[in-house]
Amino acid sequence: MTNNNSNINRRNFIRLSGITGTGLILGLSGKASAVATVANLSNAADAFELGAFIMINKNGEITLFNSKPEIGQGTFQSIPALMAEELEVSLDKVIIKQTGGEKKYGFMQFAGGSMSIRSEYHNLRKVGAAAREMLLKAASTHWNVPVSECYASEATIIHKPSGKKLGYGELAEAATKLEVPKSPTLKDPKDFKILGKPSARPDIPLKVNGTAQFGIDASVPGMVYASIERCPVFHSKLVSFDATAAKKVKGVIAVETVERKHEVYKTTGVAVIAESYWAAVQGRKALIVTWDNDGHDTFNSKNFEQSLRDAAKKETGAVAHQQGDFDNAFAKAPTKLEAFYETPVVSHSPIEPMNCLASFTEGNKLEIWTSTQVPGSLVTDFAKEYNIPVENMKVHTLFNGGGFGRRLYPDYVHEAVQLTKKIGKPVKAIWTREDDTQQGPFRPMTFSAMKGALSADGKAIAFQHKVIAPTLDMKKDYDKSKSDETMTEGISEQKYEIEHMKNLYVHHYMPVPLAAWRAVTSTTLAFSHECFIDEMAHAAKKDGMTFRLEMLTKDSDTKNVLKKLKEVSNWDKPLPAGWGRGVAQYEFFAGQGGYVIEVSKKGTGIKIEKVYAVIDLGTVVNPDMVRAQVEGAATMALTAAIKNGITFDKGKTVQTNYHNNPLVRINEMPKVEVHILANGGAKIKGVGEPGLPPFAPALCNAIFAATGKRIRRLPFDINKIV
Amino acid sequence: MIQLNINDKVYEVDASADMPLLWAIRDLVGLTGTKFGCGMAQCGACTVHVNGSPVRSCSFPVAAAAGKKITTIEGMNEKIGEAVKKAWIELQVPQCGYCQSGQIMSATALLKSKPHPTDADIDAAMQGNLCRCGTYQRIRSAIHRAAEMI
Repeated sequence: MTNNNSNINRRNFIRLSGITGTGLILGLSGKASAVATVANLSNAADAFELGAFIMINKNGEITLFNSKPEIGQGTFQSIPALMAEELEVSLDKVIIKQTGGEKKYGFMQFAGGSMSIRSEYHNLRKVGAAAREMLLKAASTHWNVPVSECYASEATIIHKPSGKKLGYGELAEAATKLEVPKSPTLKDPKDFKILGKPSARPDIPLKVNGTAQFGIDASVPGMVYASIERCPVFHSKLVSFDATAAKKVKGVIAVETVERKHEVYKTTGVAVIAESYWAAVQGRKALIVTWDNDGHDTFNSKNFEQSLRDAAKKETGAVAHQQGDFDNAFAKAPTKLEAFYETPVVSHSPIEPMNCLASFTEGNKLEIWTSTQVPGSLVTDFAKEYNIPVENMKVHTLFNGGGFGRRLYPDYVHEAVQLTKKIGKPVKAIWTREDDTQQGPFRPMTFSAMKGALSADGKAIAFQHKVIAPTLDMKKDYDKSKSDETMTEGISEQKYEIEHMKNLYVHHYMPVPLAAWRAVTSTTLAFSHECFIDEMAHAAKKDGMTFRLEMLTKDSDTKNVLKKLKEVSNWDKPLPAGWGRGVAQYEFFAGQGGYVIEVSKKGTGIKIEKVYAVIDLGTVVNPDMVRAQVEGAATMALTAAIKNGITFDKGKTVQTNYHNNPLVRINEMPKVEVHILANGGAKIKGVGEPGLPPFAPALCNAIFAATGKRIRRLPFDINKIV
Repeated sequence: MIQLNINDKVYEVDASADMPLLWAIRDLVGLTGTKFGCGMAQCGACTVHVNGSPVRSCSFPVAAAAGKKITTIEGMNEKIGEAVKKAWIELQVPQCGYCQSGQIMSATALLKSKPHPTDADIDAAMQGNLCRCGTYQRIRSAIHRAAEMI
């Protein structure tokens, strides 16, 4: 099995092509074959969404095309599984290929926003079901028997009464000549063989024997390597460089300027190109570069954080959401609380550093091999930017050595493309870990000014979450009268029934490259939001679970998540002395998850004893993979809660590599017990992100319960709590 | 030219003596299962065995590996390595998978010296291998599982 697109002889392949949501287009692509193309488009405007997701060779070989990059979240199994289930084939008997942004696979060729299953669950099942129905019809016609007497199983159509069999390969050609069913019958979920069952991922054997090809592993003949020196002070300008010594390093063949483009952040760096990556790195060390810092070298975290605190006091902010009369209710309430929460800037730090191999060749052709979350826009945006016809673009979407949002941004692809255009050879540009740690883009911090009020009988009656933060679009001239949905993500979507609410956003410009990070702003806002709810619970003399459930009189997924957490964690069971438990949940664009965490005092620090997670999905495709995603999200959340984070001084990132920008290691990570809510329903929720936001607040609420110490600033040192 | 014995095959590489073994393995020999993560022995993605012991090949000069027996993930085929790989598949350990070659090399070395490691042994042996996806609890279980299989 391979995720490479190479070595396919497209001749004699029968192709069954799907169109999202509306039907199928099929074609027989062979030189002597009569091509029968039948389009059943209910809506011509959907034609651009055409895809070619299933390919059946005459010899029976079946290829399923996966339009969602594999970044560790398991789409290499879960996306083809949707088709395989309906097509009645086993996943271990098919070839899975990653799409490369080709138009026929549609505009959803990206991995982000926990969207993959949500966007494809129905569409790709339909594609598989339509193909199955056509193969059934082809067989029944061949045998001259009613189609109702035939069934599909293991890539074979079987005539029940006679036991006659025909393989898909034998039927594929005839099937392509049939009309595509407009609304194929989907299988009853009770008959599912793959979906909803814990299934092995077909990429895992490749990932344990070293054969999985990541972006960094790509190579082509004549390829050279690049390492790029970028301005250490953000926004500083390249004045001049002396490459004399760099060019003397054995293996160095060229030194070129190169632009880094990350949204509005654009800077010029100096690339050293060499016959080996090691030589490029040595050459880069020998460069003498002069930068004009132009006043940008005074920026530092300490002052910036103070300016956020000042802004919280001075600025009213734009209204993000309003209900009831918060100001009046808060003013009159018998019990009032206020608290200020702070979170850090953090890095994505996937273990595979940013890298891209690009080859620009004669005839204005561009080929790209990379780890990316966005193959679709790589094709369309780069074609536009570099004035290359879309049909001259070829993107190879390789396995991503981690994404976490970082690979939504193709700044590193731009660099390689510019360099191959400049020197006329295929160039593989690889960032060092130091580049990755220092250059960003980073998840911004959010600071939160919280206000809450309780009635005399301890009920939450007024609530305010005021967010003070930069925006992800990094615009300096942001219109401060407007709120920003991304930076106030989730704070107005919680299901707690609080009558008076006014949420606010105060924009504050930060001069560093910023980006979405796994679960985006919910990763910081859930901390302030759900810890403050806990503060209100404490003021109301109630435990966090009871207080929350009392605010949830109506049925909701939030209520279900909390009730499930209560049950699986034995919430009411007394804990040993010195222990404490905390709860938190968060609902946001990607979905919904929650935790109960139990901790104990250990010397001056805290030991995490138990972690119970609940994720609400509605529908689950691969429960084992969901558990893995939540285990991973918890790990990433723990790192963001207790490790350094990123800080700035003199206009630069202070941290450089994993020694001073550490990640949680195996000895620091407790076991996570994951429970999945998948009780059906129309709504399918995301998997990759929802396990992240509620982790830190559940942990900090547990620490408060164990120690009485309220943590209002991340990161904190888990070994020095008391 | 430096002679390297990798996975029982001899390769002649034209490398400067200070080139890290990692880049000789990846770029000169063409075995890409060994990964680059940090370049300073902080993440363990580049772990290979030199004369049976795990080393971080990103910080190990290629000249120092000459004449020694180097094993990479592609050559991890003896009994313990096979058991580890089998356990990794059985427990579906990898997510993105990028760090897993290094994890498997470290786990194999651990099981060679301690056939039945405790959780504390696993913590000590595996601390040098970062996983950003957070597969640690499955790594722990898979090491115990591999120990059962051997």
